[in-house]
Amino acid sequence: MFRASVIGMIAVLWAAGASADVAPGDIVWGEYGSIEQPLTDTPGDPEEGRAVMATNALGNCVACHSVEAMEDVPFHGTIAPELQGAGDRWTEAELRGIVVDAKQLFPDSFMPGMYKVGPFIRPGVEFTGNAPDAPEDIQPILTAQQVEDVVAYLVTLKE
Amino acid sequence: MKPYRSLGAATTVAAVAAMTLAAVTASADPVMDDELVINEELELMTDTPAPEHLGGVLGETIYSGWRFRDTETRAMQKDDFDNPMFLFVDAGLAAWDTPEGAANQSCADCHNSIEDSMKGVRAAMPRVNADGELWSLENYVNDCRETRMEAEPWGWNSQEMKNMTAAIGLQSRGMPVEVQIDGEAAPFWEKGKEMYYTRFGQLEMSCANCHEDNFGNYIRSDHLSQGQVNGFPLYRLKDQGAVSMHQRFVGCVRDTRGETFAPGSQEFRELELYVASRGMGLPVETPAVRH
Ligand code: HEC
Ligand code: HEC
Ligand code: HEC
Repeated sequence: MFRASVIGMIAVLWAAGASADVAPGDIVWGEYGSIEQPLTDTPGDPEEGRAVMATNALGNCVACHSVEAMEDVPFHGTIAPELQGAGDRWTEAELRGIVVDAKQLFPDSFMPGMYKVGPFIRPGVEFTGNAPDAPEDIQPILTAQQVEDVVAYLVTLKE
Repeated sequence: MKPYRSLGAATTVAAVAAMTLAAVTASADPVMDDELVINEELELMTDTPAPEHLGGVLGETIYSGWRFRDTETRAMQKDDFDNPMFLFVDAGLAAWDTPEGAANQSCADCHNSIEDSMKGVRAAMPRVNADGELWSLENYVNDCRETRMEAEPWGWNSQEMKNMTAAIGLQSRGMPVEVQIDGEAAPFWEKGKEMYYTRFGQLEMSCANCHEDNFGNYIRSDHLSQGQVNGFPLYRLKDQGAVSMHQRFVGCVRDTRGETFAPGSQEFRELELYVASRGMGLPVETPAVRH
């Protein structure tokens, strides 16, 4: 009996640990679209972040931005500002806000919200073109950890 | 690593970076040193003054999508022998003469020669029909098949339909796009316009975000055009086949991580009218080649 409840408690704590990520709806925004609180307990890994930024189905940041430090990745877009120096121009909290939902800082921005689940007009499930069966079918483009990884890489982009 | 298309294999990464920065400042950079002359005789203008209803949102000039494609793709459209769409045009011309359906009639039985009867039809589509509905070319074709030939309708994106719309479209090649947008067409046009500026999908992107704000720019390796429809149906090298206008719309909405509309839907016909009106004055290029 005693033992079972201890195991039960450990399970509860374990589950709470795993879901410590801040959900898109629970984000606390600063006045100018910044987010002070990291979305996860695990510090971001810049190398992972760099990979996310170069991957089509993930951040695909280079679709729009050029990044001097990512010259090994082919085909940088010409739509958005060069990201070299972003680590000088913005604080970590501001960069987190831009990645989560750039429209908070730049109204009507062309940049998609990477950690956002709505409201959207006619969202589809990833690139299928199909409507979701349930609201949970619309997941943020990046996980909370991937956002932290990207932010960790962006702060290294100094002039 | 593939070379940057417009600069060739010898391009250095530094040159790419320099070009990238240059392109950011010059927002629109269609190809300026090439002309579309087909079979060395038919010259098609690939730019023209922007229609007035646009109020300057595309600047003073509108451009054919041809002006944003690479040298090889542009060359394929200059010669009908090199243009893979002509296989489909030939199939469409054969179907024109073939009796079908319970009435055992061919298109030619009623319309006679396609060259005369279908001249100018593509340039004015989509168009409001006698019942006040907005119909695309595909609707008119299927209406004749169903009610006049008593034959099965063709699927909107079926090969048979693309063959026929390519053969019909060719009869307008060189004629300026001239769709009706006022009078009974106005309410449809307004809805299409609203749709063009709606930011769809999880990426929250409208047609205008890419084809108005950013034409001339590169989105990853894609050189963004104004998203004109004067070349449809066209050959898409990436798909190695014919692509209809609504098929292209489906692809563009899907790429916003959005729920698309069905080919042939009311929404896409309205969008078609509005998009066609943004290209008024450009000559019909059907059947074009893109990648
Ligand atoms: C669809 C195009 C697009 C994509 C994809 C995109 N961005 Fe952006 N981004 C923009 C635009 C446009 C701006 C300029 C702000 C504005 O006015 O909207 C911007 C601004 C920024 C800025 C601030 C600009 C600066 O350096 O001062 C940062 C940082 C940034 N983006 C990071 C990212 C990261 C990281 C990703 C990938 C996770 C990404 N962006 C993906 C379009 C994009
Ligand atoms: C039984 C006679 C008949 C047959 C067979 C027939 N059509 Fe028609 N078609 C018509 C008539 C009548 C109209 C309406 C003409 C009008 O309103 O001016 C029409 C209209 C059209 C239009 C619209 C033209 C315009 O300018 O608005 C198209 C396109 C068309 N037909 C294509 C076809 C094709 C393709 C076929 C064969 C698959 C075909 N038709 C077979 C009689 C026929
Ligand atoms: C994320 C950017 C993006 C958005 C949003 C977008 N498109 Fe496109 N579209 C493209 C790309 C990339 C191509 C291929 C290169 C080109 O011609 O621009 C293309 C091509 C096209 C073409 C073919 C042009 C030609 O010359 O063959 C049409 C038509 C078109 N789009 C219409 C639309 C419409 C209508 C919408 C809105 C429903 C839309 N697009 C939304 C990126 C986009």
